[in-house]
Amino acid sequence: MQFTRSTIALALFAVPAFAHAQVGPPKSKQDSIARADSIARADSIALVKQLEKELGSSAADTASTAAQAPRASGGYMNIGFVALTDAGWSSASDVGAIERGDHDPKVNGFTIPNAEISLDGAVDPYFKGFSNIVLKIEPNGETGIELEEAYALTTSLPANLQLKFGQFFTEFGRQNPQHPHSWAFVDAPLVLVRMFGPDGLRSQGLRLSWLLPTPFYTEAMVTVANATGGTTSSFRSPDSPEIHGGVIDEKPVGGFSDMLVAPRLNTSFDLTETQTIVLGASAAFGPNNSGPTAKTQIYGADIYWKWKPAAAQAGFPFLSLQAEGMLRNYDAAQRVSEADPAVTLPSETLKDRGWYAQLLWGIKPRIVAGLRGEVASGNGAVFASELRRDQSRLSPNLTWYPTEFSKFRVQYNYDNRHELGNDNSLWFQFEFLIGAHAAHKF
Amino acid sequence: MRSINLLRTAALLVGAFAAVPSLASAQLRVVATTPDLAAVARDIGGDRVNVVALAKPTEDPHFVDAKPSFIVTLNRADALIEGGAELELGWLPPLLENARNGKVAAGAPGHIVASEGIKLLEIPTSFDRSKGDIHSLGNPHFMIDPVNVKIVARNIATHFAEVDPKSAATYNANLAKFNSRLDARLVEWQKQLAPYSGAKIVTYHRDFVYLAQRFGLTIVDELEPKPGIAPSPAHLAQVIGRMKANNVRIILVQPFQNRKTAETVARQTGATVIDAPQQPGAASNTASWFDNMDNLVRAISNALGAQK
Repeated sequence: MQFTRSTIALALFAVPAFAHAQVGPPKSKQDSIARADSIARADSIALVKQLEKELGSSAADTASTAAQAPRASGGYMNIGFVALTDAGWSSASDVGAIERGDHDPKVNGFTIPNAEISLDGAVDPYFKGFSNIVLKIEPNGETGIELEEAYALTTSLPANLQLKFGQFFTEFGRQNPQHPHSWAFVDAPLVLVRMFGPDGLRSQGLRLSWLLPTPFYTEAMVTVANATGGTTSSFRSPDSPEIHGGVIDEKPVGGFSDMLVAPRLNTSFDLTETQTIVLGASAAFGPNNSGPTAKTQIYGADIYWKWKPAAAQAGFPFLSLQAEGMLRNYDAAQRVSEADPAVTLPSETLKDRGWYAQLLWGIKPRIVAGLRGEVASGNGAVFASELRRDQSRLSPNLTWYPTEFSKFRVQYNYDNRHELGNDNSLWFQFEFLIGAHAAHKF
Repeated sequence: MRSINLLRTAALLVGAFAAVPSLASAQLRVVATTPDLAAVARDIGGDRVNVVALAKPTEDPHFVDAKPSFIVTLNRADALIEGGAELELGWLPPLLENARNGKVAAGAPGHIVASEGIKLLEIPTSFDRSKGDIHSLGNPHFMIDPVNVKIVARNIATHFAEVDPKSAATYNANLAKFNSRLDARLVEWQKQLAPYSGAKIVTYHRDFVYLAQRFGLTIVDELEPKPGIAPSPAHLAQVIGRMKANNVRIILVQPFQNRKTAETVARQTGATVIDAPQQPGAASNTASWFDNMDNLVRAISNALGAQK
């Protein structure tokens, strides 16, 4: 074996050597040497040809894969940039109080609530990497930056498992993991902002997912993540006093019970050739910072249904319905009032609930009409939180997509804050996308 | 006694369940992104494969919904056939990402890139979306040139043999049969279209360039001003002018393209709108790739013949 391998290696090396020698030697070389040369050369050429033949198919594979890899933004990484510009006017003098989401229009006039750089690519044969870096213009005109997501996804775990780790949007319900670019409305639903805060629920952690061996699509997931941080609003967030009104109970992570755990089950059926339904159930459990052992539980159910005819033009017409309902039990411990240290707030369970339902009608190519209705409410508590006020909203909108890379949207919001009265708002949104366009998930 | 019977029943039941997947796995489970690739795969695989297509025959292959049921289909596949020219870029990547199936992952023998070895046309020299939705690897509508389909068939046979070596002889025999049938049909198709060499046509999208090149037709214009950009009245006015100047009498449209727009232009120019579905199964009795190509060539030659 050794001998054969070294012979091949020698023969291979011999090719360039002989080729080189061919240029130089004078004709007066001895015949025998010339003959030996030519025999050796013929042998090595035959060998190389044979090897080329053997390797041929795999070499061709490599060449075509290499040709396929670069995309518009080239190389080993897809780079995309998407910017949302909002403009509009609301009758509410406190626009930020009815539009609490970080990527909602929070001021009258113009704003850029989301300009996002998205990066993704294969890390190696085992992982894919993703990152979203978000820049936004704050209501005061300053530019804010956040590392929205940075995570890796495994590609080749056995038993239909998949692991995600890093910082990512928690897979709870349908809209929480979506980026503003894929939202069907200018703003985030009230119930999502109430449960998950202005930026949605996302944290550093890991998520294990299992694709079940059922005949239809069923995926079970569980996320374990840090409960502490600015984007874990219902848990140990520095902004939590806005919910419970108490002084934060500072506590380092001591064990698993200090983590946020979020299971989700997602299933889907094709009802007919042209109709598909997706059903999901989610929950999130974790500590909150009203006391050392205080806990929060959030439960959610979601549904998505879509109809698209068999001969749709560029994906139109279509009809889709998306709805989510959520329930939160926030166990607030007995706590010292943040506003007045002399006051102690009693232990109580803050109960919140809400839902939204949105209907989209893709009327003709690139024109979508939408209607969203939503309600969010909370029970009475000793601390009257602005975030837990009863609220409802009705939003018709119309979106025109000149291409997949740009869109114009106009949306009217009728906001009802009950005792505070009603507000009317009109928002315009323009979006553009350059570079790689990540494919849309269903 | 009873416990033995119970055990026996249990064993039978387990055996029955175990038998189901083993029966099913006797055939190679093949997923093709589009019906044309699926049709060729059925001819090459014969009874050794069970082929499903993700996109419907009448559906725009650029805009297929990444339905969760496709994840399950891909998860259980032994082989995947994709075009490889970014036609499926908008929906295949998230499906593959979640399919968790090493057998069909990029680079695996079961991941078949149909266009491998095909000389794609219209490869852009610069990436610029102001020119419309151009595909960086070239025009992806290559399956209506029979010579390209020969390469696709070879790619499929090679990969099938690699994934399922015990049936390699069958795949090779089927490939030989496919090729001889194709060679014979190609001569026929060329004969059918020969009288119209140089004939001028208009299409909705830039999806007939390979056919035009193979059979010597001239595409004067498209109803879309740029690939993927919806026709504008100003552009259509230009197209009408150009059609009149060149005496173009046929407009080719696929089932998912706007026939009304084509008919408006046809009325203004005295042209005829021809249904020219590229996907097998879109028109009746076109289940195989050959049937569909027959149908396509017949529709075009009939229309051009009627103009004479």
